[in-house]
Amino acid sequence: MKIEDPKAVKWTLIGITAAFLAVMLVLPLTYVLFTAFRSGLEGFVAAVTDKYALHAVYLTVIVTLMAVAVNVVFGLYTAWALTKFSFRGKKLLSTIIDLPLTVSPIIAGLIFVLTFGRQSVLYPYLSDLHIKIIFAVPGIVLATVFVTFPFISREIIPVLNAQGKDEEEAAALMGAGAFRIFRQITFPHIKWAFMYGVVLCTARAMGEFGAVSVLSGHLRGKTNTMPLYIEILYQGYDFTGAFAVSSLLVVMAILILIARNVLEHRSKAQYLKNRRKA
Amino acid sequence: MARKKTKSVIPGFGISFGVSVSILSLIVIIPLCSLVIYSSQLTLEQFFEIITRPRVLASYKVSLATSFIASVINAVMGLVMAWVLVRYEFPGKRILDGMIELPFALPTAVAGISLAHLTVPNGPVGAVFSGLGIDIAYTWVGITVAMTFIGIPFVVRSIQPVLENVEGEYEEAAYLMGAGRLQTFFRVVLPEIRPALIAGFTMAFARCLGEYGSVVFIAGNKPYETEIAPLMIMSELQEFDYPAATSVALTMLLMAFVILFVNAVLQSRASAIVSGIR
Repeated sequence: MKIEDPKAVKWTLIGITAAFLAVMLVLPLTYVLFTAFRSGLEGFVAAVTDKYALHAVYLTVIVTLMAVAVNVVFGLYTAWALTKFSFRGKKLLSTIIDLPLTVSPIIAGLIFVLTFGRQSVLYPYLSDLHIKIIFAVPGIVLATVFVTFPFISREIIPVLNAQGKDEEEAAALMGAGAFRIFRQITFPHIKWAFMYGVVLCTARAMGEFGAVSVLSGHLRGKTNTMPLYIEILYQGYDFTGAFAVSSLLVVMAILILIARNVLEHRSKAQYLKNRRKA
Repeated sequence: MARKKTKSVIPGFGISFGVSVSILSLIVIIPLCSLVIYSSQLTLEQFFEIITRPRVLASYKVSLATSFIASVINAVMGLVMAWVLVRYEFPGKRILDGMIELPFALPTAVAGISLAHLTVPNGPVGAVFSGLGIDIAYTWVGITVAMTFIGIPFVVRSIQPVLENVEGEYEEAAYLMGAGRLQTFFRVVLPEIRPALIAGFTMAFARCLGEYGSVVFIAGNKPYETEIAPLMIMSELQEFDYPAATSVALTMLLMAFVILFVNAVLQSRASAIVSGIR
């Protein structure tokens, strides 16, 4: 016997859910697209092909790629270290990795200003070497890496823990090298979780606003990523422009959401398969 | 699996540990330490003078109150949505389920300008509400709306997997013994999902406290009234008042850690009670 809720309760609750999500999520999303095209296609095209807009898109792509690259390297090495070996301070290490999740983006920006800014002990050395970090692209990349830091490792670690390390040990005893073990044994297990992490990381990296805002110095055509450029347009009452550039990010968000759902489904299936084997 | 004390046969510990610790130090540990080092140059009186300025205190109050209300809304709605998505079958369920993560995928600045532009007094939603005498944009109501938006995924996603694993037997037993539906829910189901509910609530709360991008556009940023704590840090940074920015940031970090600590305590207590189910 399975007890079911009465039909009235069921449909009321479904109605509440649908209405809440429609007002809170669908409405803001469609409103962006609607406003972007309100003054016609020409207005939209003019806004997104503006010189500064194109530069913002370019910078966002560069920053996102770099942040994802750093996190891929870090995520894979860290997951390997944390799941294949036991060592002192393992728990501490994994706690520190998750730390950026609890830090406000503004504070993330602040700590890099304090580390590399004018009042820092490093500043004289950096300026001697003509390295500019604060109010320049390297600062934006650092802040973006910080806010997306745990995303990839967090997705891989549970999968590797569920899989165990027997297969790797067998391969190592038979003489396989680290890279070969990783490529032929480990990576096939974590493929979907890894891609899922990359998608999450991409989403956050291209949309990060607070941390990047602190570090960019808002130099138009130099250090403006798309979210910062949107802010400038919006505050200059260029609503069509702001929403036109936003609509590009909305399309990216929808694509990311779809990719996320597909990958989550696959990585969950893989995780369950690994666990059953272990 | 028993933890082995012997040295692992799997190669690559040195390099993977080395790479992860060096990237971790560069991105997370050193910058966070510079916050601590910088604040240690302040005297305790200076620190307290800064964090008890009326404007700063008002910003904590705004941040805490709006984050709390938004998280309560999300706790209630998250419970309803998780219930609907786990217990019922209906057309369009996959789509509703898939869009929950939209606030993670959509850049916060885009959400911010969309919500703000919708709810200003002459915006499509704002016009309706100002006819009723309610202003949304540029008041604490608007801040709460933006925070509710970004907090949506936390509670739903934390309850869903637990609710999926709740066995129907206890509910059936309670029902057969004459408990009403609501009584069954509050006495049988709720205790099992309570740890997940608390975890989702605290994560949403911590995220809302630190949120910047989606809130600044709708908040209006009036000192003492609609100025959130992250914005306090931002404006002090723009005046190059690093001591003040650092002090406010430290207080906020402390709040976040207290929230996470309370969560951990509640979790361990709850898991001691319900450790049987998982």
